[in-house]
Amino acid sequence: MTDTALSVSRSSVERRRVLADDATARLERMFEIRGFEERLNALFATGAIHGTTHLAMGQEALAVSLASELRPTDLVTATYRGHAMALALGMNPRAVLAEIMGKSEGSTGGLGGSMHVSDDDIGLLPTFAIVGAGLPVAAGAALAFQYRGEDSVAVAVFGDGATNIGAFHESLNLASIWKLPVVFLCDNNVYGEYSRINLTTPIEDLHLRAASYAMPAEVVDGMDVTATRAALARAIERARTGGGPTLVEAKTYRFAGHSRADTAPYRPAGELEYWQERDPLTRAREELVAGGATVEQVADLERSVGAALDEVIELVEALPDPVVADMFNNIWSPLTRKAGS
Amino acid sequence: MRFRQAIVAALEDEMEADPSVMVMGEDIAVAGGPFKTSEGLLDKFGPNRVRDTPISEMAFTGAGVGAAIAGLRPVIEIMFMEFLGVALDQLVTGAAKMHYLSKGALSVPLTVRASVGSGTGFGSQHSQTLENWVTATPGLTVVTMSTPQNAYGILRAAIQSPGPTMVLEPRNLYAVRGEVQRGAAGLVQLGRAEVVRPGTAVTIVTMGQMRTAVVESVEASGIDAEIIDLITLAPWDRATVLESVAKTHRLVVVEEAPESGGWGSEIVAAVTRELFSSLSAAPFRITTPNVPVPYSKALESRYLPQPDEIARQLTQYQSTGTVPAPWWVLEGLSK
Ligand SMILES: Cc1ncc(C[n+]2csc(CCOP(=O)(O)OP(=O)(O)O)c2C)c(N)n1
Ligand SMILES: [Mg+2]
Repeated sequence: MTDTALSVSRSSVERRRVLADDATARLERMFEIRGFEERLNALFATGAIHGTTHLAMGQEALAVSLASELRPTDLVTATYRGHAMALALGMNPRAVLAEIMGKSEGSTGGLGGSMHVSDDDIGLLPTFAIVGAGLPVAAGAALAFQYRGEDSVAVAVFGDGATNIGAFHESLNLASIWKLPVVFLCDNNVYGEYSRINLTTPIEDLHLRAASYAMPAEVVDGMDVTATRAALARAIERARTGGGPTLVEAKTYRFAGHSRADTAPYRPAGELEYWQERDPLTRAREELVAGGATVEQVADLERSVGAALDEVIELVEALPDPVVADMFNNIWSPLTRKAGS
Repeated sequence: MRFRQAIVAALEDEMEADPSVMVMGEDIAVAGGPFKTSEGLLDKFGPNRVRDTPISEMAFTGAGVGAAIAGLRPVIEIMFMEFLGVALDQLVTGAAKMHYLSKGALSVPLTVRASVGSGTGFGSQHSQTLENWVTATPGLTVVTMSTPQNAYGILRAAIQSPGPTMVLEPRNLYAVRGEVQRGAAGLVQLGRAEVVRPGTAVTIVTMGQMRTAVVESVEASGIDAEIIDLITLAPWDRATVLESVAKTHRLVVVEEAPESGGWGSEIVAAVTRELFSSLSAAPFRITTPNVPVPYSKALESRYLPQPDEIARQLTQYQSTGTVPAPWWVLEGLSK
C-alpha cells in the first residue's frame, strides 16, 4: 500500500489527479464519500441542515471510476444526487458541505444547496435538478469541443429514470447524428424516486436503448471499480478520438432512500441485503489487501478519513451564513459585451 | 432590404466578425430557413457553423446552452414560438440559472430566435406571441423587433450579449421592406427603449408588430402622443417610460396578446406605483380579447388591435380622461 497523505485538503484539480493511478487514493475517496454522506444524514436528522438531500451510498465506485478516467479539462453534467460525483471529481468536502449547509463559502455561496454543487476548475457544471436536463447540455459542450477541434470530452451522468424522458432520446439522437464527443453515463440504481424500474420501464437493460441511435453501448457492474474504469476508459477514448458517443449503463444500487425523508418501504424483501453484499467499499478493501496492504492499514485509512471529515464539519458549522445582498448577485450577465472582449 | 434579409445580414455580419458564432435549427442550413432567415449562410460558412438539427427542440436548445458555456456563441432558431414549449426547461431553468449557480463564473452567451405572432393565417397553435412564457425569469434577456433596421441591430446586439437572450421576431413583418444600415452604426443597445415619436399629450408604450398600427392610429387621430417602442421586454427600460409619463401624465400600452397576463400589466403597475399622484387619468391597456388566435381572415383581422380601434380608444381617453371599453365589450361579446 502506497503511503499517500490524505487528499481532503488538496485543490480539486489535484484531488482529481491522484485517482488516476493509485488504488489507495481511490479507496480513500470512497471512504470519504461514504463517510461524508453518513455524517450528512446525521446532520439532517438533527435538524442542523434544512431542505432535502439525495444520497448516493452504494454508488461510490461509479463516481470514483469516472473521476479517475477524466481530465480536469473535460466537462461533466450530473444530477441532484451529486455529492458523490462532486467529491470524486475533486471538489473539496469543505466546499461541498459549506454549500449544503448554505454557507457563504459554499461552492455557489449557499445559493444552490445540495442539488446544485459545482466547481468550474474541474468542469463540473452546477448539477441539474431537472431529470434529464444535463444530457443536451453535455451534448452541446461536446459540440463546442468538436467545433474547435479539441480532444476534450463531455460526460452526462443521469439515472435509470432519466431514460424515460424526452431529453434522453433527443440527446442521444443528436449526439449520434453529429458524432459528438460525449459519454452518456446511466447510473442504473434500480429506482426512480419510489418506483422500481420494472414499474416504469419496459426493459431493465437500459444500454439496449443505444441501438435505436446506432450508438455503441457498454453495460458494466457499477459496484466494481476495475470493471467500471475499463468500460469508461473505452467510451472516453472513443469520444476523444473522433469515434462519437457511447451509452454506458452501470448497474448500481441505492443503499439509502431517494431523498432525506424516504425510508424506502417499497423495497422487496432481501433486495437491499443482496446489494449490500456487493458493497463497492468491501470489494475495494479486499482488493487492496490482496495487493499487499494489511487489514489494519486499511482500517487506519478509513479512520483517518473519518477524523478529517469530523474536523471539516466542525469548521463548516462555524462558517458565516451568506449576507442578504448575496441573493441579488450574478443573476444577469451584462447586457452588452465589454469593449475588446 | 426585407426584414427577413436584415436577419440574414445580422447573422452573416456576426459570423464574419466572430468565429465562435454558429447557428442551428430545423431546416435552417440546406433550405435556408422556413422563413428564409438564414439564406446563403451554409454556402458562406459551411456545415460546421450552420447546422440543420433533428426535430428536437429540447436537444438543440440544451445543446446551445452547453455549447455557450463551453465557449461558443450559438444562435438557435425556434421555428414558431409555440415549439419552445417543449424546451422551456433548457432556457428558463437551465440557461438562466447558470450564472447565478456558479457565482458568476459561467456565462451563457446563447441567442434563441423565435418567430411570433398573428396575422399570417397559421391558426391557434402557430400564432401566439407567448412572451409571458419568458419574461418572468430573472437572468433571461427578452427582446423583440419592429423594423428591418432594428431587426438587424437587435439581433447583432443579442448575439454579442454575454447572457442568454430570447429574440422574438414578429413573423408578420418578415416580408416588410426598409432601409438597413449595416455595421456598427446599425447596432441597437439592448435594455434601452426607442422613442419613436416625441409628444406631450399621452405616452403610448408598444412593441413588435403593434408599433406600425400605433403610429398609424396616432397620425390618424392627430393626438400629440409620445410613442415608445420598448424593444427590450426584460429587463425593460423603466427610466425612459417613467420619464415620458412624468411629462405626459397619461399612459396607454398597446399589446399583441390576450388581456389576461399580458406584459403591459407590468408597465401599468410600475408606472402607477411610481407616478400615481401625477397621473391625470387611469393608465390602461389595449390588447387582444381573451381568445385563442382565430384562423379565418375575417376573424384574425379583428383579433389584433387595429389602427382604427386604437384611434377610437385613444380619442375617447384623451377627450374624456376615462378608460374606454374594448370593442368586444361594446359589442356584448365578452367581458
Ligand atoms: C422533469 C422532472 N420530473 C420529475 C422530477 C422529480 N424527481 C426527482 S428525482 C426523480 C427520480 C429520478 O430517477 P433516476 O433518473 O433513476 O435518478 P436517481 O434519483 O435514481 O439517481 C424524480 C421523478 C424532476 N426532478 N424532474
Ligand atoms: Mg435511479
